[in-house]
Amino acid sequence: MAWLQLSDVDVALGDRDVVRGVTAEVAAGELVVIVGPNGAGKTTLLRAIAGLIAPRAGAIRVLGHDPVRAPRRVIARELAYLPQSYELAFPFAVEEVVLLGRYARQRGLGLASDDDLAAATRAMAACDVAHLAQRRFDELSGGEARRVIIAQALCQGARCLLLDEPTAGLDPAHARAIFAMLRAQCDAGAAAIVVTHDLDLALRHGGAMWLIADGQLAARGDPAQVLATAATRDAFGLAIHVGALPSGAPFAVPA
Amino acid sequence: MTGFLTGSATRLTRRRLALVVAGCLILTALIALIAPLIGIVGGRGGWHLELLSPRALAAGAPDHAILWVRIPRVLAALVVGAALAGAGCALQALLRNPLAEPFTLGISSGASLAAVLAIRLGLESAFGAAGIGGAALVGAAGTLVIVWRLARIGKHLPPATLVLAGVTMSMFCSSASVLIQYTSDFTEVSHMLQWMLGGMETVRLTTVGYAALPIGVGLVGLVIYARELNALAAGPEVAASLGVAVGRTQTVIFGIASLLVGAAIAVCGPIGFIGLIVPHALRALLGPDHRLLLPTSMLGGAAVLAVCDTLARTVIPLHHLPTGAVTAVLGVPFFVAILVGQKQRALLWGRGA
Repeated sequence: MAWLQLSDVDVALGDRDVVRGVTAEVAAGELVVIVGPNGAGKTTLLRAIAGLIAPRAGAIRVLGHDPVRAPRRVIARELAYLPQSYELAFPFAVEEVVLLGRYARQRGLGLASDDDLAAATRAMAACDVAHLAQRRFDELSGGEARRVIIAQALCQGARCLLLDEPTAGLDPAHARAIFAMLRAQCDAGAAAIVVTHDLDLALRHGGAMWLIADGQLAARGDPAQVLATAATRDAFGLAIHVGALPSGAPFAVPA
Repeated sequence: MTGFLTGSATRLTRRRLALVVAGCLILTALIALIAPLIGIVGGRGGWHLELLSPRALAAGAPDHAILWVRIPRVLAALVVGAALAGAGCALQALLRNPLAEPFTLGISSGASLAAVLAIRLGLESAFGAAGIGGAALVGAAGTLVIVWRLARIGKHLPPATLVLAGVTMSMFCSSASVLIQYTSDFTEVSHMLQWMLGGMETVRLTTVGYAALPIGVGLVGLVIYARELNALAAGPEVAASLGVAVGRTQTVIFGIASLLVGAAIAVCGPIGFIGLIVPHALRALLGPDHRLLLPTSMLGGAAVLAVCDTLARTVIPLHHLPTGAVTAVLGVPFFVAILVGQKQRALLWGRGA
């Protein structure tokens, strides 16, 4: 059974349909990368799957739940969402920021249990921010802060991960490490949808690629094939060249 | 945006929470015990400060009556201080705005308008001081509903529209109060001014009793929502994806904060400053975690207002100064000292992510 199901989903912002007629599904173990030009509706689609915005038409199911109607706490245990931008009003310590991810699994005052601390430690290690645990969030660099937020999403312990440009602002090594980590999460049974403009990493690590153009799912399938389609060329206004390095690893560059 | 002055923030452990809250509790309790014993007495050598013996509590003791004049005042200061500081702390987090305080949302202006109207219409002669307190509570509740209706978008209470609606209502109520004062006679105006400056002189034990229950419930309610306030620091969308029922949380916290402010104003008129500065000072000292910050703000607000009120009635013999004015005059230098100290540690305003 598909964990995430979208049937003929339309999402409107104001009067404008930003996402139109998207039908797709994501199964356990799948890492889906969403690519497409700016303003194509990628973020809006992700927010709709996360239940943060109600679709105007169609249906979305997250492990059987309607993400808009189900209690937030229930959805948060199944699905973690990393937004494109993140602003923290108070500079908590990094460890506390990551532990905020445990909200849906805590009761009362939510003082961290051993389970919570173990989850936070694992998440921080996976995102290479363990050494920052005691630092103030507002004293981090942009890329460090980004990795801390990814750790927060991981710390939620959800089976479905929705990440909106997780590697924006990350150096190449950390960007690659984040994608490798996501790949490992999916190999261990999670399902992930990642919006990214890094076509190269999307090609290498994505199991499937969705091309969103003008609010519609214009192409989907194997990343190398999707990048080679006319739809991709039309969407970006330039062709994407897919090649292979001497090592055999694939790469993608605008031709 | 941010702009919050924040101390170091390490992970909150049960031990740290217990130690800090217990420390604040002991300090506040000491102040509460000592405050009623302090007073000014007249004698042959003029006026001087006097500390009564706790034995005056016993019925029949010589100073028993004096003590029982002061006790309602001190209790009122404790209850009102806790309510205002707790509400201020929650509102700053809810609105993600360092300038937020009970007065930002127009609630106290609405209460003042109702009280001014009550004085103008002679409700005081009809119902006594309770008439004004009751009117203030009705005014606070009315403004709360209007601001809430104005600010609400769907199920959500976005901070920006909430501040805008609050400030608009605040302006309207203040201006309406001025118009009413303009059409009132001298006695009424002086009475209105006295009420609007905020003071504890006329507080009775029964009034404090009535206010203590809703305030107590409200304070406990806020502490229950401390974790939601922490999550809301990351914005409503992130909080929702972490599992917070954002719309309901915003409405409940807004409602509780308004209830606290309304009840506090009904007791002793609008007292500014406590709700703004106490949470800021404690955030600078203890860090931003609301599970620690909310209870300590409440205790801190109680302690600070009790001290300020004691000063208000003892600094100038025979003249009871308006407590609200004393809190501001004394609090500002204290707050500036914290601000300067934090700046030296390079923890500047506006260092948000």
